[in-house]
Amino acid sequence: MPPGLSCSWPTPSSRSLSWTSQLATVSFLSARALLTVELPAVTAELMGALSKLELVLASSVGVDHVDLAACRRRGIAVTNAGGAFSDDAADYAVGLVIAALCRVAAADAYVRRGSWPDGGDYPLASKVSGKRVGVVGLGNIGSRIARRLAAFGCAVSYNSRSPKPSAAYEFVPTVRDLAAASDVLVLSCALTEETRHVVNREVMEALGKDGVLVNVGRGGLVDEPELVRCLQEGVIGGAGLDVFESEPDVPPELFSMDNVVLSAHRAVATPESIRGTIELVAGNLDAFFAGKPLLSPVEL
Amino acid sequence: MESLSVLLLHPVNAYLEQELDRRFRLIRLWDSPPDGRAEFLRANASAIRAVVAYPGYSALAALIDALPSLEIVASFSVGIDHVDLPKCRERGIRVTNTPDVLTDDVADLAVGLAIAALRRIPQADRFVRAGLWKAKGDYALTTRFSGKRVGIIGLGRIGLAIATRVEAFDCPVNYYQRTKKDYPNYTYYPSVVELAANSDILVVACLLSEQTRHIVNREVMEALGPKGVLINIGRGPHVDEPELVSALVEGRLGGAGLDVFEDEPDVPESLFTLDNVVLVPHMGSGTHETRKAMADLVLGNLEAHVLKKPLLTPVI
Repeated sequence: MPPGLSCSWPTPSSRSLSWTSQLATVSFLSARALLTVELPAVTAELMGALSKLELVLASSVGVDHVDLAACRRRGIAVTNAGGAFSDDAADYAVGLVIAALCRVAAADAYVRRGSWPDGGDYPLASKVSGKRVGVVGLGNIGSRIARRLAAFGCAVSYNSRSPKPSAAYEFVPTVRDLAAASDVLVLSCALTEETRHVVNREVMEALGKDGVLVNVGRGGLVDEPELVRCLQEGVIGGAGLDVFESEPDVPPELFSMDNVVLSAHRAVATPESIRGTIELVAGNLDAFFAGKPLLSPVEL
Repeated sequence: MESLSVLLLHPVNAYLEQELDRRFRLIRLWDSPPDGRAEFLRANASAIRAVVAYPGYSALAALIDALPSLEIVASFSVGIDHVDLPKCRERGIRVTNTPDVLTDDVADLAVGLAIAALRRIPQADRFVRAGLWKAKGDYALTTRFSGKRVGIIGLGRIGLAIATRVEAFDCPVNYYQRTKKDYPNYTYYPSVVELAANSDILVVACLLSEQTRHIVNREVMEALGPKGVLINIGRGPHVDEPELVSALVEGRLGGAGLDVFEDEPDVPESLFTLDNVVLVPHMGSGTHETRKAMADLVLGNLEAHVLKKPLLTPVI
């Protein structure tokens, strides 16, 4: 810690108190930088209580839990985890694509409950290589997903706010059209007002009965009750889901489905990612207090 | 072509069976009761000129000896350890397999198992389905896959397809086989033990032969180590299975992703409770797309044989 700086944090014993009441009781009021770990809401109210606040450091890639409009108004800078999570998130997305198409989790459960000897050959899976993959959001994570799946011989196309001239993949202007042209749709974009429920029933109908949806972004990208209905009705073929709309709650209807792979928001949970994030937070703080450009600023 | 009588040993694929029935004179071995098979074969022995074999439904010496008119064994598989090749050679019987068409599937599954084993995807799935996310909170950290050193035993078609895929994850590729090849990006090790000692993930991708049986033994597992992960998409007997089980149970080996087992469909029960393994029931080539391509190759080889044209994918 540089001289002249101090660090405060809410104590475990006081977690039942709201942020604002804690702020009133301890000496947070002079804080110039706020670090959020995991995804507690960083509201305008909270930031209003911190009159000296100049920087919010998020330990995540997505910053949908931070009131960015309030930051913009106040001139508060925001940083995120940048590229620290990108490899793990992309690996996990590919792992979910293969697990969903080949039903790896269901097959593992089949072997473990001793069903193979009597059940015989496992039902045929769907091929991964050569599938048409649509990536929603071609940022740090999405571009790595694209590169990895291209090595499987998959034809990759993508949707994002604007075409990326440097990308070697086909840009599709709407998510619905991307879904219609894809066998697998992978969500790796930020959750914003524009992308909330970007996957609705119409998109799932376009993806089709053999199509697979993989979400390593945020639960809010998908209309979850519609997703459950589409899986139940066979509107889409399967799903690999690491994120849900109101975690840790997961729709129980999914628990009995063999064509879905469920995961507990673990795409980036490796020691390597956490170390990378800590280094990036430290680098951003150093840059901030030295008056240098931030390493991973979020565009406001 | 209806004159060719083809013996199918097992109802392995509906499309294959239907097309064999349409194009040839199909004899289904399972039409006879298990204790009447010898008699059934004797009754059809002079007619049967072709056998379609499949791992687990072998064309071994006894079957071949029972069929004096046999001309060709077309196997619905890439590996042909279930066909008695010396016997076929001696009798002048042609043998075909289905190479290449399942290369991509097996390579896809190998990488899928490696990611699933390191990132513990089926374990996360069990955790969520059991309602433990809400009850117990966050699931534990897992290990990064990108950048891990991948050692491949056997850099044939499947091994190369695995190498291409893991390169996109920035994984350095090492390999072992009998002869070093000229691959500038891949590092050769002259023994499996050295390969294992220099790899984080060891993938078995070679054919099963007398030389490769138990190629992954205790010494190799020790070299791979307590953080190493073994992926087997080859054949069960490539791995000394009792040694594998004890290495996993005792934590001398970090984890495993297994598509094949020594005594399928029996899987050692001590694996069922381990959280560091992913177990799937020999589904390497088990996709709709590939089974159809394999069936088309079996049919194409049989038609070529009847028409006295060059076989599409001959082994002998």
